[in-house]
Amino acid sequence: MIDDQTRMLDEGALRALVPRVLTGLVRRGEDFDTAEDALQDALLEALRVWPEHPPRDRHAWLQTVATRRLVDARRSEAARRRREQEELQQPPAGEPAPEHGDDTLFLLFCCCHPDLAPASQVALTLRAVGGLTTREIADAFYVPEATMAQRISRAKRALRGNRLDRPGDLAVVLRVLYLAYTTGHVGPATRVDLAGEAIRLARQLTLATEEPEARGLLALMLLNHARLPARLDSEGRIVTLDRQDRTLWDTREIAEGVRVLQSALAAQTEERRPGRYQIEAAIAALHDDAASAEETDWPQILAWYDDLVALGDDPVHEDPAAVLGRAVAVGHSLGAVAGLRESDGLREVLGDRHRWHAVRAHLHELGGDLPAAATAYADAASRAMNVAERDHLVRQASRTRMAEFDERSRATDTP
Amino acid sequence: MPKYLLLKHYRGGPEPHRPVPPIDQWAPEDVEAHMAFQHHVSELLESNGEYVDAQALAPARTWVRYGGPEAAPVATEGPHPETSDLIAGWWIIDVESHERALELAAYASSAPGPGGEPLYEWIDVREIMWERPQTAEPA
Repeated sequence: MIDDQTRMLDEGALRALVPRVLTGLVRRGEDFDTAEDALQDALLEALRVWPEHPPRDRHAWLQTVATRRLVDARRSEAARRRREQEELQQPPAGEPAPEHGDDTLFLLFCCCHPDLAPASQVALTLRAVGGLTTREIADAFYVPEATMAQRISRAKRALRGNRLDRPGDLAVVLRVLYLAYTTGHVGPATRVDLAGEAIRLARQLTLATEEPEARGLLALMLLNHARLPARLDSEGRIVTLDRQDRTLWDTREIAEGVRVLQSALAAQTEERRPGRYQIEAAIAALHDDAASAEETDWPQILAWYDDLVALGDDPVHEDPAAVLGRAVAVGHSLGAVAGLRESDGLREVLGDRHRWHAVRAHLHELGGDLPAAATAYADAASRAMNVAERDHLVRQASRTRMAEFDERSRATDTP
Repeated sequence: MPKYLLLKHYRGGPEPHRPVPPIDQWAPEDVEAHMAFQHHVSELLESNGEYVDAQALAPARTWVRYGGPEAAPVATEGPHPETSDLIAGWWIIDVESHERALELAAYASSAPGPGGEPLYEWIDVREIMWERPQTAEPA
């Protein structure tokens, strides 16, 4: 548990040192697994000691303590092996990784190794690159600390024997960061701000690579995160985009998001069209740009959705979420009936998901068919996967049913 | 202190004392009052120092069993008989006594339903097995 005194420590500055120290150890020939464990120990030690005894050179302190832990670990390992009467092995020599390239990028490629499951990639990234403690990561994912510790050490074991000096898959890194972001964005507030952490890591990534999609991802996160303060009301109830108090949106984040997105889009050529994160960021920017829900530029949003679904050959199966988002845009630009028709094609793929029913309900309501909207909201509520979402959909069902009732009684009152 | 599981059901259990339609068919103000009460119960348990856990379960259910050697697991997703129990969620509480657990369960059951009247919902109260502190070895 981190006490108040520890919180006074500038944790952000401490955690920012992690990638550099860890990369230094790995490049010196230590294996990633052991070095990462040693650094985690050093980090916990720093959180304990620094508030009262701040070191003069933080980087050197962390490196020294981590190295000492490595030596200790190797000694006890050696002792264990001697006891087992096994051959004492020299510390792994390892091929030193190339010196060029950025520490953060190098570590991200290690942690987001394609062989690892997404949950492990995220956990390892948050620890080895983000400098979070196992405890904090466990809290963010609502699992016991021991479970998260085990997940991380299994992930590192799976990495053993892999050469970590080859360039990794940037697409996987982007997906992992986005997964960390959405976990933090959707979930209830925890002590660790996962969404903020993902933004910090994405920002670091944009300094390490010229890839426009990295900037697209950062822009997308910023442009969505800007609306977070308006997403829930004071009672914790979900407020949909069309009913949000737009004065609560973070204009500074929106401005940064737009700037980052523009710099990404400027790097495009005829042959190289914007990727999915840039497109989604552009859609988010158009929402952020509207002073009111009525002023939303739906035709422009639809045009970006056209680009998004055109990225794959079979969007219905490869990216049904994009097709569903497009159906909403179609509904708002071309009419509810057209939107519903678009969503029909997804019934087979998404018919079991609450989101599909919620979109249908929204489109029915848009078209004035309140009974159909109420039924679809109720269908969505029974499939919702979290309490806030379920409660929201139940409210929507109740509200549309009541509106329909009012409409009918008005109709009978009028002769 | 003993721990209890207070189970809520989508269906199953004794004959309902007050049958009501599904919540999505209630009036908006009744929905709000009901949800506010649920939050209030969790907050009350926390402020009393009696709260351990609360979870809600989605209604979709899959029964699964070992399929035998070299065989895939056997799963059935229904339809299940409408009479079978379906758990909706729970609170886990850590309380002084069995009486206190019943008192809290009854309070949870007083959640407002349609028209603001109590739901009188049956709550399934189950004690969680635990090691009772013992002052002396049992004879």
